[in-house]
Amino acid sequence: MSSAERTKTASSGGFSIDFKALGPFLALVGLFILGTAINEAFLSGGNLSNIFTRAAFIGIIAVGATFVITAGGIDLSVGSMAAFISGAMIVVMNGLVATLGAGIETVLLGILLSIVLGVGAGAINGLVSTKGKIEAFIVTLGTMGIYRSLVTYMADGGTLSLDFDVRGFYRPVYYGDILGIPMPVIVFFGVAVAGYILLNMTPFGRKCFAIGSNEQVAQYSAINVDRIKTLTYVIQGLCVSLATIIYVPRLGSASSSTGVLWELEAIAAVIIGGTMLKGGYGRIWGTVVGAIMLTTIGNILNLTDAISNYLNGAVQGLIIIVAVFLQRGDWQRKKSK
Amino acid sequence: MTDAAVHAVNPGPDRPVRLSGRQISKSFGPAQVLFDVSIDLHAGEVHALLGENGAGKSTLVKILSGYHQPTGGELVLDNASVSFADSEAGEKHGVILIHQELNLAEQLTVEENIFLGREIKRGWFLDKAAMRAETARLMDQLQCDIDPRTRIRDLPVSDRQMVEIAKALSKKADILILDEPTAVLTGREVDILFDQIRRLREQGVAILYISHKLDEIKTLADRVTVLRDGRHIVTQPVADLEKDDMARLMVGRDIRQMFPERAVPDHADVVLSVRGLSVTGAVRDASFDLRRGEVLGFAGIVGAGRTALMEAIIGLRDRESGEIARNGAPVSIRSLQDAKKCGIAYLTKDRKGSGLLLNMDMRPNLTLLALEKFGRILIDRKAEEAALEKAIEAFDIRAADPKTKVGDFSGGNQQKLLLAKVMETDPDIVIIDEPTRGIDIGTKSQIYHFIGDLTNRGKSVILLSSEMPEMLGLSDRIAVMAAGHITGILEGNDRNEHEIMRHATGISGKQGVSVHE
Repeated sequence: MSSAERTKTASSGGFSIDFKALGPFLALVGLFILGTAINEAFLSGGNLSNIFTRAAFIGIIAVGATFVITAGGIDLSVGSMAAFISGAMIVVMNGLVATLGAGIETVLLGILLSIVLGVGAGAINGLVSTKGKIEAFIVTLGTMGIYRSLVTYMADGGTLSLDFDVRGFYRPVYYGDILGIPMPVIVFFGVAVAGYILLNMTPFGRKCFAIGSNEQVAQYSAINVDRIKTLTYVIQGLCVSLATIIYVPRLGSASSSTGVLWELEAIAAVIIGGTMLKGGYGRIWGTVVGAIMLTTIGNILNLTDAISNYLNGAVQGLIIIVAVFLQRGDWQRKKSK
Repeated sequence: MTDAAVHAVNPGPDRPVRLSGRQISKSFGPAQVLFDVSIDLHAGEVHALLGENGAGKSTLVKILSGYHQPTGGELVLDNASVSFADSEAGEKHGVILIHQELNLAEQLTVEENIFLGREIKRGWFLDKAAMRAETARLMDQLQCDIDPRTRIRDLPVSDRQMVEIAKALSKKADILILDEPTAVLTGREVDILFDQIRRLREQGVAILYISHKLDEIKTLADRVTVLRDGRHIVTQPVADLEKDDMARLMVGRDIRQMFPERAVPDHADVVLSVRGLSVTGAVRDASFDLRRGEVLGFAGIVGAGRTALMEAIIGLRDRESGEIARNGAPVSIRSLQDAKKCGIAYLTKDRKGSGLLLNMDMRPNLTLLALEKFGRILIDRKAEEAALEKAIEAFDIRAADPKTKVGDFSGGNQQKLLLAKVMETDPDIVIIDEPTRGIDIGTKSQIYHFIGDLTNRGKSVILLSSEMPEMLGLSDRIAVMAAGHITGILEGNDRNEHEIMRHATGISGKQGVSVHE
């Protein structure tokens, strides 16, 4: 094939808008236009900062979920895991105040605990599903129940509250900013960049794609399928722990209702972003946009009286279905026929 | 028409024309794949359709059976112009296409598949007894020993093919199109299939038969139509054409030499030796040596344990016992990763199921097995691109656009890519399982020459094949397996079809014979 032909093929593909790649971005732009039309205050710095900060929790978890789903798995336990880790952090930090005081040591140990628990919980999900040959859906459904009831047990059915002095010291991790950018947004961005590099530019990421698109081909390509899959759950656990680290100082409390339905919001963000639920294709930037979209919908409903805020879930659900329909691209082909 | 006897049994084209395609053209987007192709199918005739991969055979039969609509030309059924809106419309008129990739619901049973969508009912309920009886009758007619209650996923591919044929029979097909039906069948099954096809022909069924195997066409077909690059080349009685003629018409040039010229290695070093290898339920006490630069063939009927033996060597299956040595030193291979480190590569026979990522383009496929070569921390995309360019050149992979998903490639190009993928690891020993299944003759010859090049560069090849010509044309020695045992390793003049069959059926050779040191 000559190079002239090659350019021709490449450019002819560029004329039509690639909805698969640009879809989530266009939808987000649309939402922003809608938001501005409804209320001028939508585009104010304070409101935007609010949207991105709120999106950070789900967004960070969803970056991890992108790995799991790309490699053909699913993790339903992330919401409960976040609640459990929050609870454990609070209990341990409160306990450390007596010996270490409400300073940096206590907070750092709390953070370390969060990371250990996140990585450990992810490893359990991964190892049980791969070595035990149990479907990830079942395994994580089980661990979801386990973590949820553990946090309820730790809180004795009520709410765990962080020691007041520790909360004061820990506060800037959520409420602080660097050059005006809120901390959660910085962490979110950092996780997204790291996730993008890992998924798209490293052998590990390539292997995730391979396993998700055909596990047997991956196995015949000398890929240690069990190890890679387990690692995706470990990454998911690590992301949950990072999200928890910035979540705990926000409210300074954890209860059995912490992180409820986060797993579904995270999966929704991943799917809106164009990652395929059956695996084999994943996009970190799509996931980031998906998480921001979900938060934006709630925010817009807050700014308008036209639709009740109680219908937030219904609008989100609609958006998820429409997004996937548009990405499939079938409707474009049908139209051109 | 020298062979009058053949012609007496083969009904000629004097029978009425059932289905014709007239000046059929077809384009997919900007790409035209068929140009004014005409073909007539007569009642009581087996009409062979011959062409290389990508010649347009599959597209043509899909148009004839209603799966695709032609962009030009018309279909004529029993002298009346007709158009099939979809394959269902085609089936209503008795035109049935049996696909190369079988269309069976794997979770359902044989009887459920045969009556899928047209179940026999009694009142509101399914009449399972009637369906079972009818299925059993069809299986009987096909001389197949398949229980109607077996699930498709538990059947070997060859039995699935028979189920497809039984399904077509039960639909009262009187124009039957078979797309490479023998690609996955064993010799005995091919014979049964041919008997069935001949019987259908006697009953006046018009049969269009696609195959790459010239032998089959010679023995079975009455007339042959050759397509090349989407154009009709010739339609002639099979008796008028020799196999060489057909090959030349198909390829458009002479295939000078099907198999490569190779210097047969003499007393070369043993690079791999296997001793007393057993796999529970599949292989018993297998021992053999592989020398540098040789092609060691493994022959045997399906189920003789050849694939199981190879999978055990490369660590994909658990070994019950046995030792493996590389260059005289014992090695422990427990996974494909270990095999790769020992310089052993395996080319699967299932290129779609376990060979290539069909939803991706060439680049990630090529480098997947040797990913560490392209960077441990970050993948070096430029190195990948360079490797791809080299592979496309070296293995003559013909893809219009490098961004095409490999699932849309022809079988030949997929096989070349798979070979390129495996060679990225630069192995010393390549185990190749069915290198040319479903591949046209021109590409076959190319792949044979690639294999020849490997051995000339000092690599050793283990070849598993159910195609006798390639087994004989490529192998220096041939190990024959029967029922899990290596029944003999044939060398020199013993390498012939007769001896192979004797060993494969257990007439010759001791069960469990070992190679002598």
